Amino acid sequence: MSTAVQTRTSTMAQALNSALKDAMRADPTVHVMGEDVGALGGVFRITDGLTAEFGADRCLDTPLAEAGILGTAIGMAMYGLRPVVEMQFDAFAYPAMEQLVSHVAKMRNRTAGAMPLPITIRIPYGGGIGGVEHHSDSSEAYYTQTPGLHVVTPATVADAYGLLRASIASDDPVIFLEPKRLYWGKAEWDPTAPVEPIGRAALRRTGRSAVLITYGPSLPVCLEAAEAAKAEGWDLAVLDLRTLVPFDDETVCEVVRSVGRAVVVHESTGFGGVGAEIAARVTERCFHHLAAPVLRVAGFDIPYPPPMLEHHHLPGVDRILDAVSRLQWEE
Amino acid sequence: MTVLDHRHLAPVPGWLPGATGPRSDPAPLLPDAAPVRVLGTPALDKADPLLLRELYRRLVVGRRYNQQATTLTKQGRLAVYPASTGQEACQVAAALALREDDWLFPSYRDTLAVVSRGVDPLAALTLLRGNAHTGYDPRAARTAPLCTPLATQAPHAVGLAHAARLRGSDTVALALLGDGGTSEGDFHEALNFAAVLHAPVVFLVQNNGYAISVPLTQQSAAPSLAHKAVGYGMPGRLVDGNDAVAMHSVLSEAIEYARNGGGPTLIEALTYRIEAHTNADDATRYREAAEVTAWREHDPILLMDRHLRAAGILDDELVQDAADEAEALAARMRAEFHAEPVLDPHALFAHVYAEPTPQLREQASQLAAELAAESEVHER
Repeated sequence: MSTAVQTRTSTMAQALNSALKDAMRADPTVHVMGEDVGALGGVFRITDGLTAEFGADRCLDTPLAEAGILGTAIGMAMYGLRPVVEMQFDAFAYPAMEQLVSHVAKMRNRTAGAMPLPITIRIPYGGGIGGVEHHSDSSEAYYTQTPGLHVVTPATVADAYGLLRASIASDDPVIFLEPKRLYWGKAEWDPTAPVEPIGRAALRRTGRSAVLITYGPSLPVCLEAAEAAKAEGWDLAVLDLRTLVPFDDETVCEVVRSVGRAVVVHESTGFGGVGAEIAARVTERCFHHLAAPVLRVAGFDIPYPPPMLEHHHLPGVDRILDAVSRLQWEE
Repeated sequence: MTVLDHRHLAPVPGWLPGATGPRSDPAPLLPDAAPVRVLGTPALDKADPLLLRELYRRLVVGRRYNQQATTLTKQGRLAVYPASTGQEACQVAAALALREDDWLFPSYRDTLAVVSRGVDPLAALTLLRGNAHTGYDPRAARTAPLCTPLATQAPHAVGLAHAARLRGSDTVALALLGDGGTSEGDFHEALNFAAVLHAPVVFLVQNNGYAISVPLTQQSAAPSLAHKAVGYGMPGRLVDGNDAVAMHSVLSEAIEYARNGGGPTLIEALTYRIEAHTNADDATRYREAAEVTAWREHDPILLMDRHLRAAGILDDELVQDAADEAEALAARMRAEFHAEPVLDPHALFAHVYAEPTPQLREQASQLAAELAAESEVHER
């Protein structure tokens, strides 16, 4: 038996495609469905080749109606299938909100555990790709506000594969948010590595001055900011949450306690957002370890701007470093 | 087995390739102008007397169930009860037309259909009593939870039927809806998906005239709700919803049609909500008493009684047996609901996820501490 590590280099989009294929090969109850997922392979090609390998029943091109797609998936899950639903874009998932909130999230609870719904809902999300109106929303807070859903968002190629496999294997419904601006980034990864469980954050960079807590599309921005911060004399840690629900309080608090300063970074609007929750949780649990208030760097509280203005809206290196500079270093 | 085939359509004559114009003749899909009736027609002679007696028995028990549940709301023993009084023929026929392995997808006014399907009459009421969202195991009963958000259960029925067919089963799903629900987007999406997927599902719209207070004329300008089927490419049927035998016949036909690969059907049953929307509603604000009186003359039990007696199928013994069974059920409901339900607050966290999250475990401990402190106070 070969012990060589079987790494491969691919884009996040290809890794997601591999995860779908491997999940469908491993489990005949896994069914992919959505708009344009068949012959086209999805508008981002994440479902490329699935219909050819598994047939139109296993990779279903549905009519164009998101509530109908998710509602149909619910019925399929009730009969023992494991649907993986593709919502074409973040903002196109909103018509399915009632099915999601009133049924997907609640079915296990309202049937006292008799009827769990193992549905994975893949949603390309976030901006930074020059998308016109309704193609760049960061919609995670709508989902994290809904008990009964897991909310997962990978930021690396390896996690895209591992977390999607874990999400499809989960007996709970999972909102799987794919940072679309990271779709085409390549990395070397090991498809044979053990699948990571949902719910654990990963420290992407160690540091002693402060920690940037982030997820999804903002991870590369934070890593870039941490690199730039060296010139200012700051040694920044970067923590990738990977899963927003369930939230990894343990790892977050461990890192915050060790460095004493934290900035939360995400693209979505700040007010009432995931960053507000993190700042509150960290303050509640780590108050005496903090040398400064937890700061947030988020998108502005505005509707997503036209693409030619989006770089002013999205958190960038300068805005992150500005927040780091305000962490009361002088006191 | 491949269920989905990409049916390549014949080109529209004289038009560009890929143009897909009219694809089929709508005429066979159209509902009859008059609702289907069996009671009072020669068709009754062909009906199975055992089925007729069973329908009668279930109607009588069902009516009593509706009455007792309504009374329990007045005594504060049920939080709310949307009665199906006057609609029992739809409820009972829906349950009886299904095979045991078929699935029922009820709305909140369909408790009686759930009970008639075999779910324990008290377990079916936990939602409306307020002690548990769903008091029965939907898998064991092949009956989805009573659904409150209108028409949202319809796509579930489509998905379940589609999955059953994919897995090689001939199970059929029946979705129960109301006239108001046909205005919802999910109704449209469910019917469209059902037709495109050719799913073995039947949609029964109980048109009882009102969506709470809003009459059908303000709900739809369609020639009939059954006509909506044509736009999706499935047959529409119009039936007298207070004629239990007609209901059973039309439902059975549609269910067997679906089972044999015919695809979905939309059925509109013309019926009437004799009671207010719920005990919290005041129907005198939006409809005339004369209208209710007229419908009482077309009551489903009255019709059965009259026509089955004339046909020599109904006798005093069956009438008495049905009445006794109804009273026994009502007595059981009273006894059960006058006892306080046993509640377990710890169960709040039991079924949010397969495994409680760390956050829910924390909150469960918090609640446990609150409960312990409470019981300490009580003991003092």
